[in-house]
Amino acid sequence: MTSDTARLHSKTWACSAVVVLANVFGDFSLKRGMPGELSSPLSYITVLFRPWVALGVTLLVVWLLSRMTLLSWADLSYVLPVTSISYVLVALAGRWFLDERITRLRWAGILLIVAGVALVGGGSAPQTFGGQSGEQS
Amino acid sequence: MKWLLIGIIVAATSLGEVLQAIGMRRHGEIRDFRPSALGRAASVLTRNWPVIASVVAMGVSFFAFVGLLSFTDLSFAVPVTAVTFAIETVLAKYVLKERVNWLRWVGAGVVVCGVVLVSL
Repeated sequence: MTSDTARLHSKTWACSAVVVLANVFGDFSLKRGMPGELSSPLSYITVLFRPWVALGVTLLVVWLLSRMTLLSWADLSYVLPVTSISYVLVALAGRWFLDERITRLRWAGILLIVAGVALVGGGSAPQTFGGQSGEQS
Repeated sequence: MKWLLIGIIVAATSLGEVLQAIGMRRHGEIRDFRPSALGRAASVLTRNWPVIASVVAMGVSFFAFVGLLSFTDLSFAVPVTAVTFAIETVLAKYVLKERVNWLRWVGAGVVVCGVVLVSL
């Protein structure tokens, strides 16, 4: 049981890392390739063929699939806060690579998000709904 | 227009992610990560209606997000849509019947406060 729990934990962390990275780089690529304005409904489709946008879509597909995999064993109420670290990383990507201005208020918000993630991700078991493996908390 | 798109994103994402959790729980834990096993899992999932419905909802959310991103900052668009966080934690408790302990509630609450600050 103990080794099963350890296995579940390392699998959870590896999968969460893929979810977060795919999300952050997917959103970043999408914004990087986005034109200033989408004037017609058709432009919502044509924009998908820009290289950066296409890369972003690919990464978001990876995000969707890895998130589904993670949710096959982990609680949604665990996955949500743990993967929300991506909000911070996205803000940093906007600041560093897209020259977006981040106010002090926004940084404060980002710190609170990190604190909330630490609270949930730090101690609790990833699964409570009673699958065959994992610790019941 | 901005808040309409945000509303669509929040509603579609919350619905999609909860359906995704329902569908994946029905499928069970993925333990085998060899490509052939993952392929088999994928083909089983095409007959899992909550998963299919969740992909449709995520598609709606994606196009609304593309629209929003075309005229707002990335560091605004992403955090502001995190309102889904609060909605989904409540849905996890009452729809998915997860045991959400007080630490998770506090964590979720703190994250929401952070999200509000970011979007101001």
